[in-house]
Amino acid sequence: MTATDEPKAPGLFDGRFSPTRPLAASGNLFAFALDTVRALPKRPFQIREFIQQTWFVASVTILPTALVAIPFGAVIALQLGSLARQLGAQSFTGSAAVLAVLREASPIVTALLIAGAGGSAICADLGARKIRDEIDAMEVLGISPIQRLVVPRVLASMLVAVLLNGLVSVVGVAGGYFFNVILQGGTPGAYLASFSALAQVADFWSGEAKALIFGLIAAIVAAYKGLRAGGGPKGVGDAVNQSVVITFLLLFAVNFVITAIYFQLVPPKGQ
Amino acid sequence: MLGPSGTGKSVFLKSLVGLLKPEKGSIVLNDVDIVRTSEHKLYEVRKLFGVLFQDGALFGSMNLYDNIAFPLREHTKKSESEIRRIVLEKMDMVGLAGTETKLPGEISGGMRKRAGIARALVLDPEVILFDEPDSGLDPVRVAYLNQLIVDLNAQIDATFLIVTHDIGTARTVPDNLGLLFRRNLVMFGPREQLLTSQEPVVRQFLNGRREGPIGMSEEKDVAQVEAEMAALEARGGDSHNGVGPKGASGGDAVPPQLEPTEGLPERKAARRRQERVARMLHEFDEHTAEAIRKSLPEDLLAQVDSGAFSPTRGSRGRHWAPEPDARGAEPQVSGATVTAVLPRQGGAG
Repeated sequence: MTATDEPKAPGLFDGRFSPTRPLAASGNLFAFALDTVRALPKRPFQIREFIQQTWFVASVTILPTALVAIPFGAVIALQLGSLARQLGAQSFTGSAAVLAVLREASPIVTALLIAGAGGSAICADLGARKIRDEIDAMEVLGISPIQRLVVPRVLASMLVAVLLNGLVSVVGVAGGYFFNVILQGGTPGAYLASFSALAQVADFWSGEAKALIFGLIAAIVAAYKGLRAGGGPKGVGDAVNQSVVITFLLLFAVNFVITAIYFQLVPPKGQ
Repeated sequence: MLGPSGTGKSVFLKSLVGLLKPEKGSIVLNDVDIVRTSEHKLYEVRKLFGVLFQDGALFGSMNLYDNIAFPLREHTKKSESEIRRIVLEKMDMVGLAGTETKLPGEISGGMRKRAGIARALVLDPEVILFDEPDSGLDPVRVAYLNQLIVDLNAQIDATFLIVTHDIGTARTVPDNLGLLFRRNLVMFGPREQLLTSQEPVVRQFLNGRREGPIGMSEEKDVAQVEAEMAALEARGGDSHNGVGPKGASGGDAVPPQLEPTEGLPERKAARRRQERVARMLHEFDEHTAEAIRKSLPEDLLAQVDSGAFSPTRGSRGRHWAPEPDARGAEPQVSGATVTAVLPRQGGAG
């Protein structure tokens, strides 16, 4: 053993504040995402696991999503209703509400619930398997946990996110209609007729695309954190916590980028 | 493989199957370097391994039958009836017949371990690694498990590597012993070599006493060790030290090795090892050589005395010790070069 092999005494921060640490962490996450994407087309596809996971993620997210979507749609309707009145543009209230729900509110609500309910469940499940050595055992048996466990979860989360986004859009628009027409005394005909004044079908597709990408990010971050859980049960708790926080941060950043691109690609109506 | 806690035994096992990547050195199995090979090849190589993790590492969401059938379903295109036959055969082998529908959470630790062994066996591995098979088990169950390991070795003739703290197991089960201390392989050789060794670390560990170089958390300073050893000698040395924990007993007696249960075929590895150590006999010191001579059959003793060896025809594996220049082929976990070369087919390690 040469002198350089001697273990060094621990430093003050022990590399905790090393400038390359965040780079390494994001690099690892990105490498994991690439591994997952590479494993997507590999046979045999785990169809059973996929169906089970889809059902699982849907069952933990549908009810909370619907319950969040109603007040969310109501808040947007209230805000836009009063804003439109102040601006003297009551005839556009319905259109503006639809636009807000489809473009932003619905994907964000979906993302929060996919990350908060679905992602945390995925992360806790994989983390518990990791600390019980199940993941190691699987690898030793010659089975890639990414292909066997992560890929079905990522696809399930993407599918459920897209479906949830549709659900939130419908519930949000219906909630907005209810609050505007029934509670604020708006005109039903004008509200409905203005739907297509500003909004277009591309807005709906952009919302669905966002939901798809948010589902992908939430599942990949959850799986990444879960598979790297360590240090016993507390490690699993930490991993779940970190995965939810990281997902939220990423989602809002990615949302901004997608929105910016969307406005470049699809010109708003009336220009 | 023996060693105090925290000296790298588990890390060594995990490196062997490629779960951890060593910073330096190489691990060669069947001409594949596990450290440098591609991910795809690594998964292929791992199919040669069966690993028993400390707690069995069964999949908590599946029952025992599905757990043991899992590798077969993932890796082979066998029909469900054929899988059923293999799984029930392995479960019978480890004495778990009739518990197919139990979940891992519903059974005792000993049963989980045996189920873990069954799952490690279904792909007919060439190398089986045990991570502390005795931990958390009562002495009677450990005795049964040890007998099971020897019987399995007789039946499938795979290489077994057992990591353990149980000196009783180490004294009676394996053909070869190794001791890790402070990230170094202190000694590796035939069981007689370690059991009769005068090396302080080996002796301290095998006798399970406090006096010696191994401390509670770190190494001790030389003066303290010398004082302790002097006190021990004054009391009469190891042979008067009484019985230590975990099956450690005084002195350097070489107890007879466990034999397979009657009715099973003879352990092929036993003869291979006898031929190997007979060839190596001149390299050992007096006590070791004497202990080894006691274990050798007469025909090999005659060959030793005449100095002319002839290997048994038709039995597989490595019969003869590597030539002196190939001595580095044994597992060496040291800072500079980490090399572990496993024989394709060998005896219980």
